[in-house]
Amino acid sequence: MELVIYGIINSVSLILMSIGFALAYGVSRVPNFAHGALFILTGYITWIFLYQAGLPYALAVILSLIIIALIGAALYQLILIRVRGMPISEIIASFGVGLAILELLRWAGLRGMTYMLPPFMKESLNIAGVPVSYHRVIIVGAAMIMLFFLWYFTHYTKPGLALRAIAQNERAALVLGIDSDRAATVAVSLGAVLAGLAGVLLLPLGNIVVEMGYEVLVFAIAVSVCGGLGSWKGAVVASFLIGFAQIITVTYLASHYHFVVALLIIIIVLITKPSGLYGRQKELEERV
Amino acid sequence: MMQELRKERLDRGIKVRADSIYAISSLKEIMFLMGPGLILVFGLLVLPAVVSPYWQRVLCIAGVYVLLSISFGFLANYVGLVCLGGALFVGVGGYLSGILNAYFGLSPLLAIPLATVAGAFICTLLLLPCLPLRGVYFAIISFVYPLLAGRLIAATGVFGGTDGIAELDVLTNKWVNIYLIFILILVVVFGISRLVNYEDLGLVFRGVKDNEQAITASGLNITFYKAQAVFIGAALGCFGGAYLSHLYGWAGMSLFAIDFSILPVAATVVGGSGILYGPLLGAFLLIPISEALRAFGTLRIVFYAIVLVFFVVFWTEGVLEYVRRKYEQFEHWVRV
Repeated sequence: MELVIYGIINSVSLILMSIGFALAYGVSRVPNFAHGALFILTGYITWIFLYQAGLPYALAVILSLIIIALIGAALYQLILIRVRGMPISEIIASFGVGLAILELLRWAGLRGMTYMLPPFMKESLNIAGVPVSYHRVIIVGAAMIMLFFLWYFTHYTKPGLALRAIAQNERAALVLGIDSDRAATVAVSLGAVLAGLAGVLLLPLGNIVVEMGYEVLVFAIAVSVCGGLGSWKGAVVASFLIGFAQIITVTYLASHYHFVVALLIIIIVLITKPSGLYGRQKELEERV
Repeated sequence: MMQELRKERLDRGIKVRADSIYAISSLKEIMFLMGPGLILVFGLLVLPAVVSPYWQRVLCIAGVYVLLSISFGFLANYVGLVCLGGALFVGVGGYLSGILNAYFGLSPLLAIPLATVAGAFICTLLLLPCLPLRGVYFAIISFVYPLLAGRLIAATGVFGGTDGIAELDVLTNKWVNIYLIFILILVVVFGISRLVNYEDLGLVFRGVKDNEQAITASGLNITFYKAQAVFIGAALGCFGGAYLSHLYGWAGMSLFAIDFSILPVAATVVGGSGILYGPLLGAFLLIPISEALRAFGTLRIVFYAIVLVFFVVFWTEGVLEYVRRKYEQFEHWVRV
């Protein structure tokens, strides 16, 4: 029972970590490798608002999410827009930005126990005899709401539909008057907000440390690769797969294997089915 | 009224003459053609002899990165495989050499070449299932291998686990140390240039990158040729790793550090892709700068990252192409 509950919580955490990455790639075809850095940066900004500026928690979270959205938009408009369409350059450029942000934070002293966000609620409750803190329940609830919102946004609102149009057929979308660069800016910015949201939700479970940024990036890649690059429904399914695989190995082997599982899954999926579980990309584009 | 100007570039007279039969007409033309090569050769041979012992050691480590950069440049520019697995090559080579030396008692001079060949073979086998993958997919998977290897060693505790294999034999003579890698760099850079420009195998490699259909239509097995290219690239990295483990006298998890994967990319981006000398120049520019910035701690990675982004986004031709243009052409503004 404990396995099931913590498996679900772990899977939902993975969804939160990876959905922004999957969305940005799926829509704007921009692999945003600064994802992990944005995750940590949001936590750090929230921490500053909370403790240095003394704002209430909710306001701090909202402000930092707005800031991270602007940073995401700037990242696209200033840097990525110039290397559009060259996948390797896009990866190098965005990873470079992420690396700069993370190492700058490390240099600024982001390590150890100093930086901690408080959980939203300290109490815990029992679900079928397993103690679960309210914070984790909130995480699951927030993820559900976010997924519903995303589904509604991409299916029933004009900006969301524009994003999907660009992803499916860029030329036809251009003919219909959809601005490709604006849609991509929205996508990267939305991806950044989702990364930030994940940061604000998940970071209170531990310390804000730089290594977490790299881990989040690898998890996001693992989930996206497994679910199919760019398919965010695949990302949800893949999160559950990897989440449970992780919890099972951690329970029966050792906690070191937490990370190994994610890496192994990347390798196995890429070798056997590079388009992932739900990828709809053409086989020809990915292998000879 | 705004005046429209455009930059016009013209080949220098000497470049035009040196391209044809007049190349051998005078010493000046011959020097124009051979100058860059001679600067490279003499530069690499003289440089280690004139710097202080501390910088000699830095140059030894820089040499490893240069080999990795050449390996990356070769695979990316001539075979079309963006291989971020530099750390895998270094790690496998370093650990193999360490094992041969510590557990089987082979001398470093025997362990290094053995580890180079055997390590390259192992790396090729590991990457074999993913060779059909293209572009980003291959880049991701080759990047993940060394991460996985490092975590597995930490988790299972084989080969000394997180402590690594200590007290390996080192090469005591520092001149042997330094010229071993510098002469190898020269051999490799000229050898690979020759391979890709003049040999049949090089032609096939470039075909694999540019026109897979032509290769398939010729009845050649693409994966087989990619494997050969990876073997060459991996051998360079494995040698670097084996050499490093005997330079430090220690083979540990840091041989799988992502620096070995990232820096060759940075060197290629900074130096300029296209020809092999670009990555070489980039690595020789970046390592001393990074060494000089050591005092700033992790801030130097920030500096690195910013340089990398700057070159990728705003100066894609790289340093070498810029220098080459200045060397061969003159430019001036003309009214449109």
